[in-house]
Amino acid sequence: MGKLIDKQRVVQHMNGRLLRNNVLKFLFFLATLFGLIVLVVLLYRIFTQAIGWLNIDFLNNFPSRRPENAGIKAGLVGSLWLMVIVAPVSLILGVGTAIYLEEYAKKNRFTDFIQTNISNLAGVPSIVFGLLGLTLFVRELNLGRSILAAGLTMSLLVLPVIVVAAQEALRAVPNQLREASYGMGATKWQTIYRIVLPAAIPGILTGSILALSRAIGETAPLVVLGIPTFLAYLPRGILDTFTVMPMQIYNWTSRPQADFQHVAAAGIVVLLVVLIFMNSIAIFIRNKFQKRY
Amino acid sequence: MKRKDEKRPCFASHLAMNLERGFHIMAMTDGNRSYSVRDMIKENKKKQSGQQIMEWLMPKLLLLTATISILTTIGILFTLLFETFIFFERVSIVEFLTSKEWLPWDEKTGSFGVAPLVTGTLLTTAIAMLVAIPIGLASAIYLSEYASEKARKMLKPILEVLAGIPTIVYGFFALTFVTPLLQKFIPSLGIFNALSPGIVMGIMIIPMVASLSEDAMSSVPNSIREGALGLGSTKLEVALKVVLPAATSGIAASFMLAISRAVGETMIVAVAGGSSPVFTFDVTKSIQTLTAYIVQVTTGDAGYGTTVYYSIYAVGMTLFVFTLAMNLLAQYISRRFREEY
Repeated sequence: MGKLIDKQRVVQHMNGRLLRNNVLKFLFFLATLFGLIVLVVLLYRIFTQAIGWLNIDFLNNFPSRRPENAGIKAGLVGSLWLMVIVAPVSLILGVGTAIYLEEYAKKNRFTDFIQTNISNLAGVPSIVFGLLGLTLFVRELNLGRSILAAGLTMSLLVLPVIVVAAQEALRAVPNQLREASYGMGATKWQTIYRIVLPAAIPGILTGSILALSRAIGETAPLVVLGIPTFLAYLPRGILDTFTVMPMQIYNWTSRPQADFQHVAAAGIVVLLVVLIFMNSIAIFIRNKFQKRY
Repeated sequence: MKRKDEKRPCFASHLAMNLERGFHIMAMTDGNRSYSVRDMIKENKKKQSGQQIMEWLMPKLLLLTATISILTTIGILFTLLFETFIFFERVSIVEFLTSKEWLPWDEKTGSFGVAPLVTGTLLTTAIAMLVAIPIGLASAIYLSEYASEKARKMLKPILEVLAGIPTIVYGFFALTFVTPLLQKFIPSLGIFNALSPGIVMGIMIIPMVASLSEDAMSSVPNSIREGALGLGSTKLEVALKVVLPAATSGIAASFMLAISRAVGETMIVAVAGGSSPVFTFDVTKSIQTLTAYIVQVTTGDAGYGTTVYYSIYAVGMTLFVFTLAMNLLAQYISRRFREEY
C-alpha cells in the first residue's frame, strides 16, 4: 500500500512556495522603497545644485539676463498675490458646494449629476483649465494677464479638490451633534453655521491648504494664460500683470546657459520650502484640532 | 448694551407666558432705557424674521456655488467646441485626423495632422505606465498585505510627498539628471527624448497607483484572507490569488486614472520631451506631446486669430476627449465590476 502523504514531496513543495513568498515579499518591499530612494536622490541633487546660489540676494533680486544677478523676488511675491485671489474664491465656492451637497441636497439625479461632474472635473488636465482661462478670463472678460484672471483660473482648477476634502470633513461630523442642535430648537442654517462647520473646520482647512499648495506649484495653466516670466517690478493690485515661482523656474530651466540650471535649482528650493511650510501647517492643524468622534 | 439672557429663546417665551397671564412687568432696566416685554417680543420676532431670511436664502446661495462646478464644465466644453469649430473652418477635420504631418507654423503650406502629437503622447504615457503600474502595484501589495501597521503609517506619507512635488520640479529633474544618467547607458539618446520624461512621469504617478490600489485591496474583507490562510496558503498566494482578483475593479480603475493623468501631464514633457512633432515610436528621439504643443504655442508669439492659435484648442479638445474617456471608463469599471462583500 502506497503512502497517502509523501512527506518528502510535501516538504519540497512547501519550501518552494515559502521561498517564492519571501523573494517576492522582498521585491515588493524594494518597489515601495524605490519611491523613497528617488525622492532622496531628487532632493539631494537639487539642494547640491542650489548651494552657493541660494542667498539673500537671490530672494531680493528680480530676474536678470545674467545668472549671478537673477533672483526670485517677483515670483515669490507673485505667488503670494495669486493666493490672495485663489484662497478666498476657491474656499467659498468649494465649501459652499460641499455644504450644499452634504447638508441640503436631496438624493436625486441633479445631485448625482453635480457629484459626477465634480469627480470628472478633478480628472481634467490642468492645461485645459488654462485654455478655459485664456478664452474666458483673459479675452472675453478682458482681464488680461492679470492676477485676477490667473487667480480665477486656478480657483476653478483646485475647486474639485477642495469640494471633496470639505465633503469628507462634513461627513465625519456625527449626526448626533446635528440632532442635539435641532433638539435645542436651532434651525437648519443655525445648526450648520454654529455646530457642523466649527466641527468640520480642521478637516476642511487641512484639505484646502493641500489644494492651495497644489495651486502654488502649478505651472501649465499659467503658461497657457501667457503669464510673463521676465518681470522687473512688483504688482500693486489684482489687475496688474505678475509672475509666479514655477514660471520663473520653467524659464530658467529652458535657458541654454549651464549656470541658469543652478538658478533654477535655487528657485526650486525656495518653492519647496514654501510648500513644506504650507504642508506642515496642514499637518499641525490636523493633529492639533482634529477631534475624533 | 444687551444682556446675554436676551439671546435665549426660552427666556423670552417664559416672559411671553407671564404676559399672557396678565402680568405686566417691566422686563429689564438697561442703563437709562427700559424695555417692556412687548418690545422684547417685537425684537425677538424681528430677529426671527432675520433668521427666516437666512433659512430661505442660504440653501439658494449654496446651490449657486454648487452650480459653479457645472458652469465650469460647460465653460470648458463650450470654449473648446467653439474655438475648435473655427479651426475646422480653416483646416479640414479629415486632414486633422488622418495626416501624419504636423507642421503648423507655415500659414500657407502648413499641415495639421494630429497623429505625431498623439504618438508622442502615447509613447511617453506607455513608458510612464511601464514604470508606474508594476512599481505602484507592488508597493500596494506590500503596504496592504505585508507591511505592519507601523511601517505602513511611515511609508504612505513619504509616497504621498512624491505626489505633492510640483511637476516643473520633475521636469527639471528629468532634463538635468535622468537624461544625462540615461545617456551613459544609451549613447544615442538625445538631450530631448521620450524616454526620460516618460520614466520620471511614471515615478510621479507611482503614489497614485499605489494609494488607489491599496484602497481597493484593503477593502477586501479579512475573513476571505483568513479563509485562504486557513487552507494553508502562503501570504503571497493570498495576495495574488485571492486579494488581487477580488480587488480587480478598483485596481483597473486606478490604472485608467493613471493613464489619464499621464496623458494630461504637461510640464515634464514640455521641459524634457522636446518640441519635434514627428511620427515615430523611437524613444531616444525628441518628440512632442499634445500638451507640450499647447505650451510651445502659448509661450511663443502666435498672434490671436491665426490658425496656429486656433489649433491649440483642437489639440486641447483631443486631450480633453482622451482624458474624459479614461476617467469615465475608470468610473464605469469601478461601478460595474465591483465585488460587494
